[in-house]
Amino acid sequence: MEYFLELVLGGLTRGSIYALIALGYTMVYGIIELINFAHGEIYMIGAFTALIFTSVLTLLGFNEIAVIVLASLLAVIYSSAYGYTVEKIVYKPLRHAPRLSPLISAIGMSIFLQNYVLLAQTSDFLPFPNLIPEFEFIKPYRYIISSPEIVILITTSTAMILLTFLIKFTKIGKAMRATAQDMDMAMLVGVNVNRVISITFVIGSALAALGGVLIASHVGQINFYIGFIAGIKAFTAAVLGGIGSIPGAVLGALILGLTESFATGYVSSDYEDVFAFGLLVLILIFRPAGILGRVTTKKV
Amino acid sequence: MIKFQEIKKSFLVSLWFMFLTFPIMVIRVNPIEKIVEWRWKNMIIVGIGSFLLSFVWRYMLKKKEAGEKQAETDESGKTFLIHRILEERRFYIPLVTGLTIIAVAFPFIFSMYQTSIMTTALMYIVLGLGLNIVVGLAGLLDLGYVAFYAVGAYSYALLNHHFGLGFWSALPIGAVLGFIFGILLGFPVLRLRGDYLAIVTLGFGEIIRLVLENWNEFSFGPSGIANIDRPGFFGIQFSLQAATIYLYFLMIGLVIFTIVVVNRLQNSRIGRAWIALREDETACQAMGIDKTRTKLRAFALGATWAGMVGVIFVAKTTFINPASFTFLESAMILSIVVLGGMGSISGVIIGALILILLPEYLRAFSDYRMLIFGAIMVIMMVFRPQGIISNIRRTYKFNE
Repeated sequence: MEYFLELVLGGLTRGSIYALIALGYTMVYGIIELINFAHGEIYMIGAFTALIFTSVLTLLGFNEIAVIVLASLLAVIYSSAYGYTVEKIVYKPLRHAPRLSPLISAIGMSIFLQNYVLLAQTSDFLPFPNLIPEFEFIKPYRYIISSPEIVILITTSTAMILLTFLIKFTKIGKAMRATAQDMDMAMLVGVNVNRVISITFVIGSALAALGGVLIASHVGQINFYIGFIAGIKAFTAAVLGGIGSIPGAVLGALILGLTESFATGYVSSDYEDVFAFGLLVLILIFRPAGILGRVTTKKV
Repeated sequence: MIKFQEIKKSFLVSLWFMFLTFPIMVIRVNPIEKIVEWRWKNMIIVGIGSFLLSFVWRYMLKKKEAGEKQAETDESGKTFLIHRILEERRFYIPLVTGLTIIAVAFPFIFSMYQTSIMTTALMYIVLGLGLNIVVGLAGLLDLGYVAFYAVGAYSYALLNHHFGLGFWSALPIGAVLGFIFGILLGFPVLRLRGDYLAIVTLGFGEIIRLVLENWNEFSFGPSGIANIDRPGFFGIQFSLQAATIYLYFLMIGLVIFTIVVVNRLQNSRIGRAWIALREDETACQAMGIDKTRTKLRAFALGATWAGMVGVIFVAKTTFINPASFTFLESAMILSIVVLGGMGSISGVIIGALILILLPEYLRAFSDYRMLIFGAIMVIMMVFRPQGIISNIRRTYKFNE
């Protein structure tokens, strides 16, 4: 029973991080109907920036809390800046091109960013400092849940509540929903569509960076290639829940996290990634619209 | 003259990129020894580089827009030099003769090493042409193409290891297995839209690699299989040198065979159905073309070439392990197709020669190989989506 509970909590932690990355996919897809292949790389850059700034700030003599806050903040800022730039280079010139073109250019960008980090930094795994301290009150329950897991669960749920609020109740959220519904009509009623798209990329990237910092500090090591697998898994989560739907992405991510946790806990850990891909293939075959997605018919 | 406005814009771009690349390019930390290295030189390079590149970027965008406008007004369009050469017999015949002489003489003029590299380049030409059927003609973005390559390679490696099967019997088996896997993998996913297809094929590629890595009893895991036989000729086994030349001519033969087949396919009923499907699925269905079956044909035929080249790859290296079949391999083949021109045979050949031979001969360039492949995909898509040599579509004209 305890083992089961441990797996559930482990799965939820895993899932909530996938959710942070999956939200970026689903938001971008909701608006421009394209998969941002470079999204995993944004997450990886977030983790790297956090690692770099933690080391620098620690050497400069900041105290622990200040290092955690500043490094996470800088990671979020830099990832957002990268997301913004990627959109400007890869997607903006290709807005009216056939679908295949932005897809290929985004894959190119993803390969470019991976190798950029590889060449400018290193190809080795770097140890990532454990940013989250041990809490006292968690001690009696240590065998079930660790304090990083609690921090991850709290941070991601806060981020998701804020995001829901932003989309439901603010002006820019309204503009985003309008653009997602019909880009041309949104333009006609005075929405600056280019700005909305940029903001979507920035928000998605910020969430991905948050996920990057949290998971890197939980796992304890990063390298230039982490974005690839994380990206595919987050995409699986987004598709599982129904791409384009925000609650769907969160639901899908939690289901994926739990599936992986149970599969590695009860079956075998060698095939961890195979389970995720297998799940993706099964959903796409049997319910391509996802759990919460609507089946749309294409009008001619 | 360049206006002040332009300089200001580029200056801002360069500031932005200096900010953007600051943590990754300038700082390098060593978390174990707690050393921070500051590389300010990189920042200056990025600043100047992005300042200049932003001019080029804007100029090319402007030129592209102007080109689009021009294309709208003037219907006839220019034909490329290469197309003129291929059309007219008096250019075509000497060109082919020249190429034949070079191709035949190549292994006898240049060293073993050069011949071996050339063989690799020829292998990528065939892979590129195979992927070209899927991506270029049918418009299906297949990111797991390397999976079929792995299927072919492992089928020969395992058959040779367990049963001592020779190269020539394994070649058709590899091709058939590639075809079967193409159908098996293609059948469930081909109903999906383009971008889903891309991710699922990517996932399949990874699944196959992970299975090969972890299923030790079947594939011998990451340590791979060594001492696989080189191809023989009716039972004669060659020395290393002779085998290299033999493989080279084998590849030349396969390239010619592939070109002929793809060329015939392109203008056949199936080929025209692929192109129609790429352009507009709904309209294509309305014309009575079975969408799934047509896509499946493209997928399976593309996979067949990958399976065949997989067998040759193993015969060339005599060693195999799953590390040869990563996503980067798929990405490399895709960039060959993208650079050369989707759907264009001559384009893919030139693309493969550029992308495979250049990093071999410019050693300084080889570290940056994948970086450049990525950049090529972005730049080609933004400025020249049709590739170096665009494919010309067959048209019928009425002479009044």
